[in-house]
Amino acid sequence: MDPALSVVRLTVREAIHTLSSSEDCGLILSTLRCLVIKLSPVWLELSPDGQLEELWDSFFLKGPADQAFLVLMEALESTAGPSFCLMKMAQLLANFLSQRRMAALMEEQCRPQKKPGFTLLQETLLNKVVGLPDHLGNRLQQDNLALFFPQNYFPLLGEEVVRVLQGIVDALRGGLDCSVSFMSRVLGKICIQGRQKEILDVLVPQLTVLTQGSCLWQRVCWRLMEQVPDRTMEAVLIGLVEATPGRPEVLSRLLGNLVVKSKKAQFVMTQKLLFLQYQHTTPMLQSLLGYLAMDSQRRPLLIQALKELLETWGSSSAVRHAPVTQQHYLSAAILICLAHLREPELRDSQDELLASMMAGVKCHLDSSLPTVRRLGMIVAEIISSQIHPEGPPLKFQYEDDELSRELLALAIPGTSDSSTVLAGGSAPAPTASETLAKTMDDGVESANGSDPQVGPQGSDSDLDSDDEFIPYDMSGDIELKSNKAPLYVRDCMEVLTSSEDMERWEAALRALEGLVYRSPEATREVSVELAKVLLHLEERTCVSGFEGLRQRALVAVIVMDPARVAEYLTSQFYALNYSLRQRLDILDVLTLSAQELSRPGHLKRPTQQVSCGSGAPVLATSQADCTGVSGWRTVVEERIRSKTRRFSKQGFPRRELASSPSEFNSVAGYFFFPLIQHFDRPLVTFDLLGDDQLVLGRLTHTLAALMYLAINTTVAVSMGKALLEFVWVLRFHVDIYVRRGLLSAVSSILLSVPAERLLGDLSDELLEARSWLADVAEKDVDEDCREQAVRALLLLERLKDRLLPLSH
Amino acid sequence: MAVPLPLPPPGPQFVLRGTQSAVNALHFGGGAQAQGRQLLFSGSQSGLVHIWSLQTRRTVATLDGHGGQSVTWLQMLPQSHQLLSQGRDLRLCLWDLAEGRNAIVDSVCLESVAFCRSSVLAEGQARWLLALPGKGSDEVQILEMPSKTSVCTLKPEADAKPGMPMCLGLWQAESSPRPLLLAGYEDGSVALWDVWERKVCSRVSCHEEPVMGLDFDSQKARGVSGSAGKALAVWSLNGQQALQVCSTHQLTNPGISDITVRPDRKILATAGWDHRIRVFHWRTMKPLAVLAFHSASVHCVAFATNGLLAAGSKDQRISIWSLYQRT
Repeated sequence: MDPALSVVRLTVREAIHTLSSSEDCGLILSTLRCLVIKLSPVWLELSPDGQLEELWDSFFLKGPADQAFLVLMEALESTAGPSFCLMKMAQLLANFLSQRRMAALMEEQCRPQKKPGFTLLQETLLNKVVGLPDHLGNRLQQDNLALFFPQNYFPLLGEEVVRVLQGIVDALRGGLDCSVSFMSRVLGKICIQGRQKEILDVLVPQLTVLTQGSCLWQRVCWRLMEQVPDRTMEAVLIGLVEATPGRPEVLSRLLGNLVVKSKKAQFVMTQKLLFLQYQHTTPMLQSLLGYLAMDSQRRPLLIQALKELLETWGSSSAVRHAPVTQQHYLSAAILICLAHLREPELRDSQDELLASMMAGVKCHLDSSLPTVRRLGMIVAEIISSQIHPEGPPLKFQYEDDELSRELLALAIPGTSDSSTVLAGGSAPAPTASETLAKTMDDGVESANGSDPQVGPQGSDSDLDSDDEFIPYDMSGDIELKSNKAPLYVRDCMEVLTSSEDMERWEAALRALEGLVYRSPEATREVSVELAKVLLHLEERTCVSGFEGLRQRALVAVIVMDPARVAEYLTSQFYALNYSLRQRLDILDVLTLSAQELSRPGHLKRPTQQVSCGSGAPVLATSQADCTGVSGWRTVVEERIRSKTRRFSKQGFPRRELASSPSEFNSVAGYFFFPLIQHFDRPLVTFDLLGDDQLVLGRLTHTLAALMYLAINTTVAVSMGKALLEFVWVLRFHVDIYVRRGLLSAVSSILLSVPAERLLGDLSDELLEARSWLADVAEKDVDEDCREQAVRALLLLERLKDRLLPLSH
Repeated sequence: MAVPLPLPPPGPQFVLRGTQSAVNALHFGGGAQAQGRQLLFSGSQSGLVHIWSLQTRRTVATLDGHGGQSVTWLQMLPQSHQLLSQGRDLRLCLWDLAEGRNAIVDSVCLESVAFCRSSVLAEGQARWLLALPGKGSDEVQILEMPSKTSVCTLKPEADAKPGMPMCLGLWQAESSPRPLLLAGYEDGSVALWDVWERKVCSRVSCHEEPVMGLDFDSQKARGVSGSAGKALAVWSLNGQQALQVCSTHQLTNPGISDITVRPDRKILATAGWDHRIRVFHWRTMKPLAVLAFHSASVHCVAFATNGLLAAGSKDQRISIWSLYQRT
């Protein structure tokens, strides 16, 4: 007899004896360890048909789960390198997992424990159970089994947790004592490792179903959550809120009054999720705040949260420094809170809320970002209507867009409730509501369907189909204006200043742009006067598109006589007694006309432009001229082509754009320098560095645009230098809009000033700007600012790349 | 399903120039028996009636019978070569055009200086009825022609005060020989008169402004009227001879000077003060086209039996259109 075989027999016999009889876990442990150490391919081949292998497996799969698991993990860690043993044991562990031994392991830990040192054992088990994917990944490297990937392992663990809880519930029903603290710790540890999604996606839907209608399940769940260690509470709660978007009742069933009992949970739910984070979606907010609103014990927390939210919302420093997305998040939270609270509950804190709202409206409306302003308006409207339902409603004018519709929808209490009811029902409920919806749809459809039959039009007996009567385009059917438009620029000006006849006034305004383009000489004679008239023009009657008409006319005047009119307008920008609107208009028309002037071949524009004007006969002739000119050219080209034989097959000669000198070159200085010079001198009515930061923001944007349009001009270098200094002075401005303007100014400097001059003349300024850009790109609160800074940095890099080959 | 882009409205088939003054009245003549040479009559501000050949697109003859006063209405008598023309010289002339003649054979003196166009009811009989504005400012006179005997004078009740009649339409239901008169008044109402009984059968107030034109489709018992205001009104006549407004249709610009339903009762056209001709589907009143060609207000529209549309305008041009023709 083979001595080896007899040794094996002896070992196996001993092992069977120990494992079947012993209660001492230490002994079991050592026996299993011994088995593992003896494992070798030779060993297993000793017995035919893999009987020994089966036996060996069964020691681990049928023995005490915790011991087997520990020994396996230990052995896996201590086995060196890829080997037969390692693979064998990994396989065994996979079997262990797929035979649901993990549930047995965890269930064992939930029994009341009396053994000494079990806390240490639990701690070890906890680490091994949760860390299994990491351990195995490290050990097996390329040979890792799919089951041990985190995305597979944690869902499996989730199933096991549900099974264990089921066991616990059964045990409790049977009158046995159980503790879920081990499960809580497992859950907490998984969540804090960032695997909330994997496990909770399995756990939450099952628990949702199980806790419905079973108090025992609910209590087990609450207990499970309560026992989660404080350290990991945040991860678990955030995971849960994420897993139940828009379903506060599910959250309520799973958590119970956890927020009231646990300080940590309260902090996470009412502070951290609301004030310190803002990446969560609106349905998550709805579920979180809905959870707070669902129980009378939790409602005070909701009111408290609302107060704090409003306080933050109303603080001017928060409005100025918080990113727009966070402000949007805060506003949404406030609106959801309001939708849950009723007026009587708010009465006690009415004054407080009102005060924060007033402060908030003020600083929101002061903001230069349209989104922030709109948020302020929407929230203020809804708060005031909730606090003072009987008072006169506050009403702002804002554009009805996706953002405002979304926010307004949040504020309607009915919708959020009904949506939660719909979404919250378990399996049968949605189907019921679906069928209801379907039947309603059917009803509507059948109603629609029957409509044409009873319709009055169907009664007509003759059957001529409408198909042969297809309407022609009727877009030309506009209201007819009486033809009173003046024919000369001077007349126009006179009408605009003194005419009492509103129709004539309007016709003059409409005709002005075309007239100006058609008669450059006449315009130049009166250009400054005309600009003055237009700048001070007020809308006397309701003229559709008044702003646009006035703006286009002003642009036309500047284009016709750039130097003098630009000089006049820039001087007026810093003059006394203008409204903000007028100053903004000045900036706008300067930008637009600079754009017009810098465009190649802009002088051809009048013929196209006239089409907007009302002088129909002139339009016709000018168009006819235009087509006539291009007509003969095409005819000639066609003839040349037909008579010319080409040897190379390059096809048609490429049509070239006519090149012409930029008109902006000679006048760019008139636009730019007067604007940049006086910004730091406050007037009584106008303080760019103080309250009028909106205008400052527009000014920076205008300067950036002018700089960009000054590409290829000779003054670009000195403009760039002045602009860089300007940027340097204002670089720490608190207003986001101003900073965005500054960043775009830097970008346009980099684009417009020739690279050699930039590095030659402006190298110091560029270095400074570069460090500032890097700073902004990293730290600015506004996403747009960061992005623009990165773009400017990229431009700078490209500049360097382009110049480096030159220097070599 | 993508809705195909609507076609741009078509241009006129051709344009007749040469009246030398604003065109106030149009009428297609020739009809079925003169397929070879279809004619268009036009009455102008300068008192001339031009006869156009639609084949050569030139004037065939010019009739001068109103002493330089504007011609406001033209009507061919059926199955004859006689043309009626109404002028602002307070005369209604009957012209004989047979065999190239152009002579006034008869004339009626009008007693009203109003702008109301007359109306004729003649179903190929030797005797025919003529409705014309009467002596009193709110009266309508009915004459039997060619004897020029006055049948009756239709005078509204004393308390009605509808103002002057603005447009007239004489017609006869197929079932009964009783002549009926539709009259649009200055106060925006349309009244249906029973000529034999000299009483108003029904009256409906359908416009805010004076009624400028009306046309009636006796088969469907439905009519349409346009006014100086911004709306068209469609009204119908029920079995009890009562008028009721079916619907109104808003226009972009106010003012309609004439309105006509095509003889096949498929479409109708309006002459607008806004220089545009509008075409509607008669059954559904769906707008079909807005024809912008004229540069001054359009004074009159007329349909030929073959469906051709003519419009005369203050800009001295007559435009001829071919729309929704059955091919």
